[in-house]
Amino acid sequence: MKVVVLVKQVPDTETSIKLGDKSINEAGIKWIISPYDEFAIEEGIKLREKNGGEVIAVTVGPDRTQEALRTAYAMGVDKAVHIKVDNYNTFDSVFTSELIANFVKSVGADLVISGKQSIDTDSSQVGVQVAEFLGWGHVALATKLEINGSTAKIVKEIEGGNAEVEAALPLVLTAQKGLNEPRYPSLKGIMTAKKKPIETKTPADLGNPAASIEIVSLEPPPPRIPGRKLEAADAEGFAVQLVKALREEAKVI
Amino acid sequence: MGNVLVVAEIKDGVLKKISKEITSAGKKIAEAIGTQVEVLLIGEGVEKFASELAAVGADKVLVAQASEFHPEAYANIIATIAKEKASSVILMPHTGQGKDYSPRVAIKLKAGIVADAVGISIDAGKVIAKKPIYSGKAYANIKVNTPIQVFTVRPNSQEIIEKAGSGTVEQVNVSAGEVKTKIVSTNLSGGAKIQLTEASIIVSGGRGMKGPENFAILQELCDTIGAALGASRAAVDAGWIPHSHQVGQTGKTVSPNCYIACGISGSIQHMAGMGSSKYIVAINKDPDAPIFKVATFGIVADLFEVVPAVTKEFKKVFG
Repeated sequence: MKVVVLVKQVPDTETSIKLGDKSINEAGIKWIISPYDEFAIEEGIKLREKNGGEVIAVTVGPDRTQEALRTAYAMGVDKAVHIKVDNYNTFDSVFTSELIANFVKSVGADLVISGKQSIDTDSSQVGVQVAEFLGWGHVALATKLEINGSTAKIVKEIEGGNAEVEAALPLVLTAQKGLNEPRYPSLKGIMTAKKKPIETKTPADLGNPAASIEIVSLEPPPPRIPGRKLEAADAEGFAVQLVKALREEAKVI
Repeated sequence: MGNVLVVAEIKDGVLKKISKEITSAGKKIAEAIGTQVEVLLIGEGVEKFASELAAVGADKVLVAQASEFHPEAYANIIATIAKEKASSVILMPHTGQGKDYSPRVAIKLKAGIVADAVGISIDAGKVIAKKPIYSGKAYANIKVNTPIQVFTVRPNSQEIIEKAGSGTVEQVNVSAGEVKTKIVSTNLSGGAKIQLTEASIIVSGGRGMKGPENFAILQELCDTIGAALGASRAAVDAGWIPHSHQVGQTGKTVSPNCYIACGISGSIQHMAGMGSSKYIVAINKDPDAPIFKVATFGIVADLFEVVPAVTKEFKKVFG
């Protein structure tokens, strides 16, 4: 079975973000694989370990994103493909999905797994868009996957609980926390990953999609309502003050 | 210029608040570009919600019959209606369901999409959507290049404006089409009473709760003030409360009017999920906890004394 896992490189949450005009200033940023994509990679590797076949990691972005593919290699994927886009607009989900869908068409696959969202844009779009481009079914927020022949049984999170879903392959899944515990790359894995080949594709190889959105501007977050510490002699005193502040000052309760 | 199409959401026989929020946002867009807002209700027996939508600006309420929720079926219905009505702007809720069908809607309409918008404005006839990026450390203003502009909107981000629209009901007959996945069963027992992502008040507990049994004091406060119960990753990883309650980077992103953090230190990962809350209350024994930097009202004290006292005080107010 052939599994394609979608990997996005994003700034580490702890990294401070400095704004340029229409993109962020990348100097000094520590880059990581978006945490939900690690669940996708892990699930792909587990399936290969169980059923044989191949796991291909694919990413979209400038040259720095190859580092994320090295990490995917170190975890244990079989092949890594870099869809090289300089000046990549990380917020353009449709552009990204069309490139990825065209790549999946070119290699053929039984399963595509992405994270449920990336932590830079939090859009929750690419995995399901890829399914639509491919004309495949999808199951979002998967927390459990079982494959028997050409059928998949999935448990997915829904509002207020979970659901069991059945689907035939090929299929797109988006991974929710709980699907598995991503492994740490071994030292040997990290060493051998350095020498593994990364195949590079360009948008021209993959249908040359047009930009679907445009950044008008970036701005800092709005200022917070100034805060203060409440002072009181005991718990009852704090309670009286807090209830008053929330009801009369903030008017939220 | 085509109409603005808003997709409403119903849960357990109630029109969700987000439906009114995006109807008002849709009305604002429609007025600015000189067109009408049509709100789509999908389900059985849902036309009864038309008057609620008309009261917040719906010019027309479209009713499409469908049995259970299925993302592919909903995407087919929404895209078919958008094409029939030649809609130029589509607003959908950034909810669990919305995230499940909106990506397909955008692709079916050959449209660009901005997801998780918290602000909507108009410039030269085009919508500019504002959305938090990089865990709320910055905001982006984005416009869509394609003829049809598609957006999902974060719950609690738009004001509901009482403004009567005519709200004429129109039954639309669309096929849900073929779907490729089969929902075998659903299990709702483990779920929360109020959805975290749409709650206007959240009471959350962290490592300082010390154990699963102590969440009862937070639940009592929640029940008293109509809040949803949240938790930090530390509490979830300790096994004190299910992951569905987790707020933060690997949990849910929330934007309530009021977030009450109890025994939560306020890691960057936690703040990534709740930093856009309007008012933040922090109750923590540690005066140096980072949560106090973002708290509107900070209380340095033992939560096990303060939380029950706050519940008691609210009970006095609400009788």
